[in-house]
Amino acid sequence: MHAKGLRALTLATLAALTVTLALVVFYAPNDADQGFIQKLFYLHVPIAIVTLVAYVVAGVLAYKHLRTDERRWDVRSYVVIHIALIFNILGLVTGAIWAKASWGHWWVWDEPTLVSFLIVFLLYATYQPLRFAIEDPERQARYASVFAIMAGAFVPLNFIAVRMASSLVHPRTFATAEGGLPGEMMLVFLVSLAAMTLLFWLLVKYEIAHKHATWQLRALRRRLLGDDAVAPLGRSAAPAIVPEAVGRRADAPAPAPSISPSDAPGAAR
Amino acid sequence: MTGAATPGQPPTAGARAGAGGAAAARDRGPGRPAGALRPALALLRKDLLLERRAPESVPAMVLFTCTTFVLFHFGLGRNAVEGSLAAGVLLVTLLLAAILGINRLFVAEQAEGGFDAVLLAPIDRTAVFVAKAAALLVFLVLVELVAVPAFALLLLEGSIWRSLPGLVAVLALLDVGLAVVGAVVSALAIRTRARDLIVPMVALPLLVPALIGAARAAAPLLATGGASWPSARWLLVLGLYDLVFGLLAYAVFDFLLED
Repeated sequence: MHAKGLRALTLATLAALTVTLALVVFYAPNDADQGFIQKLFYLHVPIAIVTLVAYVVAGVLAYKHLRTDERRWDVRSYVVIHIALIFNILGLVTGAIWAKASWGHWWVWDEPTLVSFLIVFLLYATYQPLRFAIEDPERQARYASVFAIMAGAFVPLNFIAVRMASSLVHPRTFATAEGGLPGEMMLVFLVSLAAMTLLFWLLVKYEIAHKHATWQLRALRRRLLGDDAVAPLGRSAAPAIVPEAVGRRADAPAPAPSISPSDAPGAAR
Repeated sequence: MTGAATPGQPPTAGARAGAGGAAAARDRGPGRPAGALRPALALLRKDLLLERRAPESVPAMVLFTCTTFVLFHFGLGRNAVEGSLAAGVLLVTLLLAAILGINRLFVAEQAEGGFDAVLLAPIDRTAVFVAKAAALLVFLVLVELVAVPAFALLLLEGSIWRSLPGLVAVLALLDVGLAVVGAVVSALAIRTRARDLIVPMVALPLLVPALIGAARAAAPLLATGGASWPSARWLLVLGLYDLVFGLLAYAVFDFLLED
């Protein structure tokens, strides 16, 4: 059910990434100042944009979770933040390489994108430890959503503050009066942005499908082989999914409640 | 931490004040909804009373700031600092001191069942947020009343008098941001397993924009022969930060008390 359209999306992503790479290498013109290394731009900037947008989207998903109290929104918010963290690291690494190539240093404090990226990374790196520190799954989901909303609003605010604080070494590609990028570069950039968005979306869908498959498998094993066949759950930062597709016997214990002993009211304090 | 010596006293005072707040809300009759302000004021009074009877957070924060100034003196190897260095030393010290206060903000509620009392009382839960943020704000102001003169005496090059009004404005805006974010992070972390670790990890990155604004605004104030009033744009950044996180915190705080 959750794997619907996954194959088409995978093929589309592969095609988009191939086209992007081909365009970047063969079609996009070499930069007059920086030469070939400037082509890292087509990787770094789309990754950065996708990451920042994903964090904000995760905040919106978390908001929906708080509004509706449905676990699937929490799962989505969790997965989006998880993949965005990976993209965040990619953005930091490509940014550092680009900084080394352009300015001769691995780290440049005058580059607002890179600096806000680091701050945002440091903030979101605490998301999983925070979840892990809360045992009760309900409370874990709720607190994580509160965190995701605060952090989602923090991302643009932080970006503004850091940009104001740094001098303007960073190429302001889109802000120049003459429209910035020449047409060919803009085309390649937009294709690359689309490819990165597809890749992000695909990874999110894969992880959600994987989580559902794992939980369904667990529930099925439990039903067929008995409770002893399934290892008890440890404490986890990931949200637990109660598979709705697997019918449970009326007398069988539900799969989720064994997550922690603190489920009992008042046990957590 | 002087509070450890008198463990029996604070909860009693807290329970009494909490019950008083509930009673006050009940007295106004069943037909009228309890306003947000009166319970918040009652809770704030409880917190301040608690801190006055068994001082815990504020003395610790004050001592921490003074010790940190001494550490900076030796760490930097300087007798006096000015400009952006002075702003950095002062503001980072205050930020770290605020973390101490944020860590302890909900400890009485957690340990003595204050959360249950608030949930049982017919009051809006955001009253807790308002009260806690206000309490933290008062603590921070008290700390700064000692920390800023101590800083001027121990480390600052030149006189502080000329730029004092500007510095007060910057610190006031910073304190509001610290109080708002601190109240939420404290409530977020209080029921986790590793409260002391979660608070600084979550709060410090969240406070980076506030620190940027405050440090940039305060740097010319603390420079010898510098400006006497901070530039409007950094005050604007601080104000925007306070506004955005104030509204957000007000909106999401409910969900941290739902049990």
